[in-house]
Amino acid sequence: MSHRILRTLGLAVLAGLTFAAANAAEPGRTPLPAIAIEKPGQCVEPKDVMRRDHMKLLKHQRDKTMHEGIRTKPHSLNECISCHASRKTGSVTGDSGFCQSCHDYAAVKLDCWDCHQPKAKPAMQSQAGPSTRDLLDAMQRGRGGQEPAKEAKP
Amino acid sequence: MSDNNGISRRGFMAISAATLGGIALAPGINLIEIAAAKPDAEGVTAKVRWGMLIDTTRCQTGCTDCVSACGKENGLGEVKKPRTDAQWIRKIDLKDLKTGRALSLPMMCQHCANPPCVDVCPTGASFKRADGIVLVDRHICIGCRYCMMACPYKARSFVHEPHTDQNPEVPRGQGCVEGCTLCVHRVDRGGKPACVEACAAAGHNAMLFGDLNDPASDISKRIKEVATTQVRADLRLDTGVRYQGI
Repeated sequence: MSHRILRTLGLAVLAGLTFAAANAAEPGRTPLPAIAIEKPGQCVEPKDVMRRDHMKLLKHQRDKTMHEGIRTKPHSLNECISCHASRKTGSVTGDSGFCQSCHDYAAVKLDCWDCHQPKAKPAMQSQAGPSTRDLLDAMQRGRGGQEPAKEAKP
Repeated sequence: MSDNNGISRRGFMAISAATLGGIALAPGINLIEIAAAKPDAEGVTAKVRWGMLIDTTRCQTGCTDCVSACGKENGLGEVKKPRTDAQWIRKIDLKDLKTGRALSLPMMCQHCANPPCVDVCPTGASFKRADGIVLVDRHICIGCRYCMMACPYKARSFVHEPHTDQNPEVPRGQGCVEGCTLCVHRVDRGGKPACVEACAAAGHNAMLFGDLNDPASDISKRIKEVATTQVRADLRLDTGVRYQGI
């Protein structure tokens, strides 16, 4: 008698698991983040580092910039936006925005955009012409040797 | 010198050639700016103390170019509620009733060496940078407004409304106190504050910006020659902004 109950239970559990697995594979049930990288290429750090530690890098840079005036580009928020802003909306927020879609998926509140501008503003740079910094950066890069753009898949 | 370490040989040659030949590197870039620009990776030091001299004899009554330039540069005035909108710089008209002498001057954060706003801040959000620029770190500011009470110059404002149209280089939003940053984002690139540029563009040249610690700077030479005043010098805050002719 007890064997039969156990066997029935076991079957039920197995069926349940199979059902759950089938559900997880089914597209559309879970709203996956819409990660589209508009300017594909090499990110400033490896992908797994960025996924886990981007907030640490940003926070470190934020304090360096705010208090010490260090304005290096790679880990600055504006530099993130310059690659990751959507071509359609020009922003990293919104339902398909690079930042917001992933943060919605992970249920982590984003408050950067309460103060920071989520839209890339390329017009601002071109109005004033190239800054001295840009010019020196360009010189520093020497023979225009930027790394070849690699396909970044999410 | 390798390409990864400092300016490459090619870059150095380009700068040398430009310096010797006096050739403009590109439109809008002059060599003085290159000399003054701080490398991005280098932090600010106390060797520099940024300051400003305002010549009230040249400041025109009725001209508000500095105020509008500040608003445009820093994205102020998006909400259009004049009673509560943030105000980083304002024009003040003064008149001596006995003599009838009238003058006009811009008033903003005086970037004190001993800032009372920093003394009273309970969180450490209000701070003075090594180069003398007094700032609010909005990441730490809780919006208590003690600093607004402490400032003798009424230089700080509270942001009451949410904002969406910020300049990417000047983040600002609801719930924090803010004030003149001396256009720190421009200064770090070797530029001048927007108000100073606007005043020069209007042909008044009433505002002079520079390094008070450098005896060779224009501002140091001027304050050595002419009588200048710190507003409320009795408070002994040692302001970075000085006035001439008041």
